Amino acid sequence: MPPLIALVWLVVALPLAGFVINGLLAFVRPQAKAVVSVVGVGVLVAAFLVAVGVVRALAASHAEEGFVVTLWQWMAVGGLHVDVAFQVDHLSAVMLLVVTGVSAVIHLFSVGYMREDPGYARYFAYLNLFVFFMLVLVLGASFPIMFIGWEGVGLCSYLLIGFWYQDKEKADAGKKAFIMNRIGDFGFLVAMFMIFKATGTLAFDEVFREASRVFAVGGPTITAITLFLFLGCTGKSAQIPLYTWLPDAMAGPTPVSALIHAATMVTAGVYLVARTNLLFALAPLSSLVVAAVGALTAIWAASIALKQWDIKKVLAYSTVSQLGFMFIGVGVGAMAAGIFHLVTHAFFKALLFLGSGSVIHVMHHAYHATHRHDDAQDMRNMGGLGRWMPWTAALMWIATLAIAGIPGFSGFFSKDEILASAFAHGGPGLLVLFYVIWGLGTLAALMTAFYMTRMMLYTFHGPNRTGDAERGHLHEAPWVMTGPLVVLAVGAALGGLLNLPEVLPGNGWLHRWLEPVTLAGDVYRTEAHLAAGAEWGLLGLATLIAVAGIAVAWRALRPEELQPAAGAVPETGLQKWLLKKWYVDEIYDRAIVRPLVWLSNRILWKGVDDGAIDSVGVNGSARLARGFGAIGSWLQTGQVSTYVFFFVVGVLLLLRAVTRT
Amino acid sequence: MHTAIFWVLSVVAVGSALLCITRRSPMASLLWLVLTMFMLAGLFTLLDAYFIGVVQVVVYAGAIMVLFLFVVQLLNLGRAGPSDLKGWFGRAVAFLLAAGIGVQLWALVRAVRGPGGFQSQTAAFVLPEGSVARLATERQALGVVAEPLLRQYLVPFEIASVVLLAAIVGAVVLAKRKI
Amino acid sequence: MLLGPALGVSAVLFVLGVAGVLLRRNAIVIFMCVELMLNAVNLTFVALAQQLGPEGQVIVFFVMAVAAAEAAVGLAIILAVYRHRESVNLQDINLLRG
Repeated sequence: MPPLIALVWLVVALPLAGFVINGLLAFVRPQAKAVVSVVGVGVLVAAFLVAVGVVRALAASHAEEGFVVTLWQWMAVGGLHVDVAFQVDHLSAVMLLVVTGVSAVIHLFSVGYMREDPGYARYFAYLNLFVFFMLVLVLGASFPIMFIGWEGVGLCSYLLIGFWYQDKEKADAGKKAFIMNRIGDFGFLVAMFMIFKATGTLAFDEVFREASRVFAVGGPTITAITLFLFLGCTGKSAQIPLYTWLPDAMAGPTPVSALIHAATMVTAGVYLVARTNLLFALAPLSSLVVAAVGALTAIWAASIALKQWDIKKVLAYSTVSQLGFMFIGVGVGAMAAGIFHLVTHAFFKALLFLGSGSVIHVMHHAYHATHRHDDAQDMRNMGGLGRWMPWTAALMWIATLAIAGIPGFSGFFSKDEILASAFAHGGPGLLVLFYVIWGLGTLAALMTAFYMTRMMLYTFHGPNRTGDAERGHLHEAPWVMTGPLVVLAVGAALGGLLNLPEVLPGNGWLHRWLEPVTLAGDVYRTEAHLAAGAEWGLLGLATLIAVAGIAVAWRALRPEELQPAAGAVPETGLQKWLLKKWYVDEIYDRAIVRPLVWLSNRILWKGVDDGAIDSVGVNGSARLARGFGAIGSWLQTGQVSTYVFFFVVGVLLLLRAVTRT
Repeated sequence: MHTAIFWVLSVVAVGSALLCITRRSPMASLLWLVLTMFMLAGLFTLLDAYFIGVVQVVVYAGAIMVLFLFVVQLLNLGRAGPSDLKGWFGRAVAFLLAAGIGVQLWALVRAVRGPGGFQSQTAAFVLPEGSVARLATERQALGVVAEPLLRQYLVPFEIASVVLLAAIVGAVVLAKRKI
Repeated sequence: MLLGPALGVSAVLFVLGVAGVLLRRNAIVIFMCVELMLNAVNLTFVALAQQLGPEGQVIVFFVMAVAAAEAAVGLAIILAVYRHRESVNLQDINLLRG
């Protein structure tokens, strides 16, 4: 094993050390912001550099399967053997670089964004802890280790969403995220149990070795396992039905939304499917379900994004939608396409979130200066900000063009590859479903272009609606915040080079890089190739859609007709349905939450806990004891006659005993 | 001859015992008990326990019962007051329990004397007929008891005297008006 | 020869004593019934002494000594209780109730 690869534990340990130091500082000296900044950002930059070293060593070693670095034995119980081990292979290498790189950039941004917050040290402690858990997740060499990371990022997500916990709404958002994640985690756990029962092991390499032998292709066991795994994914990666926590998660600080709910944590589900792609290849029905749910989610969330006024909510639903795209990719078996979109999305979505963070930051300052309490995140209060924030606007336009799928930018290539793969699997009979998936994806892409343009239009162009008094306070964000945007913009613009389509020269680099990971599963997947002509046709269609979406939005929407949020006319009809997110939250509340609360309250609490356990069990046993005591005390009459009576009875029994023997 | 006397004595003893437990006046109960004791003394004599028979009259009927008599007179309980027998429930319980004990005792005796009972197993210990009477002739009535008492059972004898001493002291202390 | 009937008489006397203890409420009368029981036992011992040796009579001797002691002490207690409660009816002596 190359020595640098053995050092992979350092990548994980550095953010953990950052958490410990910043955590202690949060308790002892929360005002030490300089130290916190240096530690918080420094460990991430160091981790990124070590990660680069590790990946280079991996590439140089030409070891196709990668390495498993075992740190220590965790448990050896009966037939279960779990080691704390990290798997450094081509897939985790990609994730490693994305996580450490994007995290480092966002940490730097946070220095500027959270400057005035009293919980500065606590914020960086949590953020470092999150990166630690995320790295454990992507590097874990077995299901339990990955699950530790899985749960850990859920915990940090809760801590960071509810960072300003004194506001009940924000605290509730954190709770909602955690609880919905938990539902998904149940699926992950059940899948783990079933995998262990079937294969007798939980380490990735061993499970995948045994899988083809133990599971029948398309059989009920493997289908159940993969569906349960996907349940975990719907929770963590916010797909239907467990996606409603992500828009609420915007209650957290914007860099958190950028890091956790755009670039890293929510992609864990996609990573899981990619990692276990062999299992999904063995269960074609589950893969189809993954792709179908991904497609439905993509278009559902895109429809909601069309009408949101809060800038962060637009981006949140956009994230849900783009995650749907990723699942389409991994669902149809194009693992490389899904991971490719994961990487490009990390760049442009983080850029978009950070950019919106800059905007919100500036809006806050403006309102703070004039002592107004309007919503700094509502686009109706913005407008024409490009005049004061040219850099932010330009960089966000780069990201918008990427996500809309304008040729040349990264998003174009990644989205096209996913849709092309879906199209390629299409055919007669049942395979027509793939065409449907492609169609939904394409429609969602059109909507994406539209709502992103709408967002940019309302925010940066047209007349300014913030208010005359505030206008004087609008300015560009500081360099510590704009700098990271530049870094991400480079990735958003040039990221497409990672995996150009087959018809272009220099193609498919990421695809080839990930081949060792997908090799085992490829045996069971149907090979799907598009003729060059079809491929060019799809490329052309994608371009058309992107351009059309942007153009229609630019022409049809009238920013000058917008009113500031305070005096806005409420929506009606279909627009209201879109704004109210199809009332899904309300439906969940009525159908699931309230009955559950009722069950817990009336039955489990009043009935079982109070009634059965307390009254019958605890108080009942006390009453029983007291009853026996009462009987006993009833015997103590104080009368000699009673005692004599018992005396004689005793003698009688004694005599009986004697005569018997 | 022996048998006849035995049965007469027994019947009178049982009868007066019955009367003893049913009289309302404590004094009457006491006197009937004294009669029972006299009858028992007779029975003892009939069973070759001459010394014990005398001691029964002198100590039991003559001392203990006199003690009872003193206390009854002292507390002025001689008159027949309201009956102090228990109600019908108490009588039923008493009857049942007493009958139960009786049955058990009968069963016990049968176990001892019946076929295969202890008696056949302890046949080796049984002395020939009339050996105690012969002893009484040899050692005189007193000697029958005195010899084992002052030989093998000397220590219990001494302890018995200590018990009596304790009883004296205890009785005096308990009955005093002011300690 | 007379052993069987003697044991029977003894048993009857004993049973009568038990009945008396259970029947009466007057403390002194109950005590007298206890003496009756003791006498019945004495009769048993004497009857068996005829068969098994003079040790039976020795036992009776001791029983009588102890009975005397017990009678003295018991009556003293009854006297003391009477002084407090003005009654020898057992139903009135129930301070240990509870």
